[in-house]
Amino acid sequence: METPIIRIKDLGKEFKTANGPVRALQDINLEVSAGEIFGIIGLSGAGKSTLVRCINYLEVPTEGDVFFEGQSMAAMTDAQRRMIRRSMGMIFQQFNLLAQRNVIRNVCFPLELTGVPKKEARQRAMELLKTVGLEDRAQAYPAQLSGGQKQRVAIARALATNPKVLLCDEATSALDPNTTKQILELLKEINQKLGVTVIVITHEMAVIEAICDRVAIIDQSRIAEVGAVSELFLNPRSAIGRKLIMGEAGEQAAGGDGSARNIRIIFDGRESTEPIISNMVLACSAPVNIMYAATRDIQGKAMGQMVVQLPEDADGAERVIDYLESIKIPYEEVNSYEA
Amino acid sequence: MKLDAVTINMLKTGIWESFYMTALSSLFAYIIGLPLGIILVVTDNGGIHPIPWLQKILGVVINLLRSVPFLILLFIALPLSKIVIGTRIGSPAIVIPLTIAAAPYVARVVESSFRELDAGVIEAAQSMGASTWQIIWKVLLPESKPSLLLGAALAVTTILSYSAMAGFTGGGGLGAIAINYGYYRYEPFLMWVSVVLLVVMVQIIQEAGNRLSRRSDKRIR
Ligand SMILES: Nc1ncnc2c1ncn2[C@@H]1O[C@H](COP(=O)(O)OP(=O)(O)OP(=O)(O)O)[C@@H](O)[C@H]1O
Ligand SMILES: [Mg+2]
Repeated sequence: METPIIRIKDLGKEFKTANGPVRALQDINLEVSAGEIFGIIGLSGAGKSTLVRCINYLEVPTEGDVFFEGQSMAAMTDAQRRMIRRSMGMIFQQFNLLAQRNVIRNVCFPLELTGVPKKEARQRAMELLKTVGLEDRAQAYPAQLSGGQKQRVAIARALATNPKVLLCDEATSALDPNTTKQILELLKEINQKLGVTVIVITHEMAVIEAICDRVAIIDQSRIAEVGAVSELFLNPRSAIGRKLIMGEAGEQAAGGDGSARNIRIIFDGRESTEPIISNMVLACSAPVNIMYAATRDIQGKAMGQMVVQLPEDADGAERVIDYLESIKIPYEEVNSYEA
Repeated sequence: MKLDAVTINMLKTGIWESFYMTALSSLFAYIIGLPLGIILVVTDNGGIHPIPWLQKILGVVINLLRSVPFLILLFIALPLSKIVIGTRIGSPAIVIPLTIAAAPYVARVVESSFRELDAGVIEAAQSMGASTWQIIWKVLLPESKPSLLLGAALAVTTILSYSAMAGFTGGGGLGAIAINYGYYRYEPFLMWVSVVLLVVMVQIIQEAGNRLSRRSDKRIR
């Protein structure tokens, strides 16, 4: 197997504050392969931002190391880390454009830092603005742009130095759903056309589902699980994974009175959901209660999930389980679900 | 008392002296205070280049200087003027104590402008591999420009009002006229005329600062 473009090894981060130490990251081990779109998801305060900031050493970890293309970042001097950062573009929730510079000069900024001649920088900046679809706004100032346009400028700016990796910290969290979709599509396009490895930090499962190949779930400073997005959807192994996947469904399932058993049925988009449920009810001659049903769009593939409450009597419940086994529909019990 | 030719000439000289005392002191105060303000922000805990001990010491020195009443500073610093420019009386001599009083003030004004800047913008520059110097030159200073200009109007008007005390030590300017004629010789008319002229100068400086700041600010519109 080739070297991962980014390898995070035994990484930890503790902040010293006036009220004592705050543990933000603990025992983080991750590998990101070149060319993939890797998601990192977690609830607020889980440590996501701290983790991305450790990847480019904006934040120096208190334990462990990050390897970029096999090179230890911990062993580098500050100057070397600054060089490496040019290979890792970064975009932010609040865009962080230079307000006193117009669009084209914002995109030129990282090139200015590296001493690229002005004319050459402008040319490159115009190309990038074309890539993000903003060539006609080159002279505008950030205050004159919409949120989505600002993020496009930020993306163009982050790509100016031809980075191998693009770090996105909640890049779509300040945008409306429609704009979010467009920006995610742009990120995907950049990944495919330019071969840039993309690391997406988010608290929204929909973002992960839309563009990520693999995902790491971070919960209370630790990695809860890592895997392919479709695998996580079919078979979440951690409580937090289930919570993120099921969203409202989880709450509904947990909100039951506890006497009945709930199961989560997963449809991979081939079968239509209705005949399965009606056939099941007919075949088992047992009523089931549908608690929640929804389809998700995972990398363009429709995936459905449904939470049903099994019949109260043990026999009926057993018949339903057997039926699902017999027709080979993936399911899992979600009574163990904890909020 | 009438506004005869002699008086008008005296007032003209007063305006000119007030102007150049203020301009020179402001210039020197910024030459010293601007770098100090940058150091205060950059070396702070959580700044782009933390050096906490330096930040602390500088902070204490600035606070000390700022807490000395100007009139006292004026008398303490005049011997220094004697050494540097060869005289302790007259308008040029007061530029030295004015600069000493104003530089720490400017440092604080400039510091507060820099602190208004969104930390995210600096973080973005760091993520692109910018060095400390590059962040100061290409982010901190240009991004704070509108606020720095407003701060400059504040600092310069304060320096102008300090310069009015030059009269106590044989300096010139409108303040000296107000003190000499209004206070020592009891000619309130001339005192009021010079005070009004001072007020006009303050207005002009403040308005110029506001306009320059607004015009340079790309966040508006
Ligand atoms: N500079 C800091 N000093 C002290 N504590 C910090 C600092 N930065 C982060 N933390 C703490 O570390 C933990 C993780 O913070 P982090 O910002 O990484 O969370 P997050 O997952 O990005 O959350 P959000 O989704 O709200 O952005 C939090 O408890 C936070 O209070
Ligand atoms: Mg965050």
